Amino acid sequence: MDALLTGLGLALQPENLVYAVVGVLLGTAVGVLPGIGPAMTVALLLPVTYNVSPSAALIMFAGIYYGGMYGGSTTSILLNTPGESSSVITALEGNKMAKTGRAAQALATAAIGSFVAGTISTVLLVALAPTVAEWVVVLGAPSYFAMMLLALVAVTSVLGSSKLRGFIALALGLAIGLVGTTTGQARLTFGNPLLADGIDIVVVAVAIFAVGEALWVAAHLRRRPLEVIPVGRPWMDREDWGRSWKPWLRGTAYGFPFGALPAGGAEMPTFLSYITERRLAGKHRAEFGKGAIEGVAGPEAANNASAAGTLVPLLAIGLPTTATAAVILAAMQGYGLQPGPQLFEAEPELVWTLLASLFVANTLLLVINLPMAPLWAKLLRLPRPYLYAGILFFAVLGAYSVNFQWFDVALLGLFGVLGFAMRRFGLPVLPLIVGVILGPRLEEQLGQALQLSRGDVSALWSEPVAVIVYAVIVALLLGPLVLRLIPGRQGPERLEDEVESLEEEVRS
Amino acid sequence: MGVARRRRLVVLVAALAALLALAGCGVTRGDDGGENRRLRMMIPNSPGGGYDQTGRAATRVMESADLTGRFEVSNVIGASGTVAMQRLVNERGAEDLLMTMGLGVVGATYTNGSDARVSGATPIAQLIEEQEGLLVPADSPFETVADLVEAWRADPGSIRVGGGSSPGGPDHLFPMQLAQTVGVDPTEVNYIVYDGGGPLTTALLGAKIDVGTSGLGEFEGQLADGSLRVLAVSGEERLDAVDAPTLVESGIDLVFTNWRGVLAPPGISDAVRDQHVALLEEMHGTDAWQEALETNGWVDAFRTGDDFAEFLREQDERVASTLDELGLL
Repeated sequence: MDALLTGLGLALQPENLVYAVVGVLLGTAVGVLPGIGPAMTVALLLPVTYNVSPSAALIMFAGIYYGGMYGGSTTSILLNTPGESSSVITALEGNKMAKTGRAAQALATAAIGSFVAGTISTVLLVALAPTVAEWVVVLGAPSYFAMMLLALVAVTSVLGSSKLRGFIALALGLAIGLVGTTTGQARLTFGNPLLADGIDIVVVAVAIFAVGEALWVAAHLRRRPLEVIPVGRPWMDREDWGRSWKPWLRGTAYGFPFGALPAGGAEMPTFLSYITERRLAGKHRAEFGKGAIEGVAGPEAANNASAAGTLVPLLAIGLPTTATAAVILAAMQGYGLQPGPQLFEAEPELVWTLLASLFVANTLLLVINLPMAPLWAKLLRLPRPYLYAGILFFAVLGAYSVNFQWFDVALLGLFGVLGFAMRRFGLPVLPLIVGVILGPRLEEQLGQALQLSRGDVSALWSEPVAVIVYAVIVALLLGPLVLRLIPGRQGPERLEDEVESLEEEVRS
Repeated sequence: MGVARRRRLVVLVAALAALLALAGCGVTRGDDGGENRRLRMMIPNSPGGGYDQTGRAATRVMESADLTGRFEVSNVIGASGTVAMQRLVNERGAEDLLMTMGLGVVGATYTNGSDARVSGATPIAQLIEEQEGLLVPADSPFETVADLVEAWRADPGSIRVGGGSSPGGPDHLFPMQLAQTVGVDPTEVNYIVYDGGGPLTTALLGAKIDVGTSGLGEFEGQLADGSLRVLAVSGEERLDAVDAPTLVESGIDLVFTNWRGVLAPPGISDAVRDQHVALLEEMHGTDAWQEALETNGWVDAFRTGDDFAEFLREQDERVASTLDELGLL
């Protein structure tokens, strides 16, 4: 505790504070811009480390990392253009909220949720870093495969009212995920090396969400009366708070462990959080798909918590689990610092300054972003032709900056048309996005597990964690069936489904 | 729309523009000045990767020592360098373009079935090399390379070899050439691809694989605290930082190094090529470059012109034959 206070004192020194502010602002900026992620920003800033002290550089990088996780939500909510793969899920409910005049609330719940999640996770990081890292390496491909399978099974609960359309969307997503190189063999790349690394999820998400919608709006501009986005209240009210705090905590509970796991990442927990909130929403369930605040609060908390989780294996055993963490590791090594158990003993001041700076970065993000929320929300009151022109500009910029290839812009157009067609035929978007994210990773872990066991299928349930996860999957699949057999429960649930599908019909 | 509201919009747009400009700082290198010629340096992978670190270190040294004007550095990402290689070949005759590349790019052009081979470009200089190491977890049954080879020969598929590069990359080529050398059929080698050093470290620490092949820079921490061991290193001489014999010392006749260098597009005049070579020679002579080598743990391996061309030709053939034997061509 003393060590942390000393660290806090150092982190609050004017010079370090300036680096934290710069980091947070830069991080937010690159988070806002689709395509340019925190990993690339930190990498491009590596040369800076030759001129500043290690603690200043690390403070700045931590700010960029946290800021990037937060900034991605802004464009997701306002423009339906996710800046990072981890904020794709946020766009689902967040943008719907924005359209009903609740952009400020969505941005606020994202900002406060990120703060809450970041703070709790940093506390967990401080408490657990030395001990928890030991067992993260125990999990192997079989466990990861099981977890991803769980996520895929969970998709079936968000397929929407028409299961057939849901599965079509999922199949489309999985098909897009098939493009790329597996075990050295090119698949569906049509001989084009630009497709050899697969199709970037940011390109797909931005195309389906933003371009698809812009086309849809353009196609209906003259036929339908102008829907004016109502002017909402600028702040969260009592009910918003009441509906947000539980998702924040649950999102944190998903995000932190997934961040700490080597193959966990930030996308899986946002997605799982969304599903959970949708299941637990109770009387607000009907709002999902139309702008439920829980669907923003949970995933936003989850992605920030995962950023903190990533630092656990990095600091404790020198294990980078994300691209950003890998670049931060490179920076530390540039200073001759070797993360690992010995770092806490050899450089206590540096470690605790870094940890304290995470609290500082979190607070700065809240202080900077919360007052901005009502301002950003006003952006939506631009006349629609200008607004959508702006959205398309951001979308193209984002697709281009993923790889700096015009080819990705062409893909953006192609998937934009797909997004338009999906709206036309009422296909839900979420299953497609999940397919694109999970498909390749599911395959990679399955391939790895089978390769490690030389093709022995029983290896898939050789790890205890995998067995537990399979048990959860079975419970999830059989649970609803069992519940239906209990008399009395049947009625209300059916009714709810009925209402949902009716509403869906009215809408389309 | 009222005046006040419009003014607020202007503020918003200005804020957006400021954000863009701020983010832009990270991406482009400003300053159009520089009295000498401007050059472009192409990097075949993403920022932060190996080629990126080497390429940017080199351009930084050349800029700060005023050897030339400003460099415009661009990352051309895709298919382990194949996309960048294609672009280099397409810019035939471009006198201001250089590209950082290495062994991985040589292999990638083959595994991706690209026609733009390194043999089609103009060799400028090799800059550095890096030895590969055979890594095992602390409690591995293998104490020496001989133990490993014995088990490998007895049942090739039973030894799970993990590496941080996809087929055609250095971590993949090394165990395959090692297998060839010790008389194990490379097609029977059970090689598992991990997405870079981090996941590979996890797999080693969790003992998911029996042996890892990789450059050792990313494993300093684990080697220092004893959670991983090195059975042998692949170069001609031992490394100062690592207490492990070379393969040759262990009785295996194989020297394998991963390397990085600089190419120019095909079809440039000899005069321009000599100018590029002279520039890199000057850079190699600076203290700043020696410092960069040290901070990054790179081994100096500088050769230019015909020397490098000959080396490149030999590497190209060797990679092709290894991949051919594996049926990956």
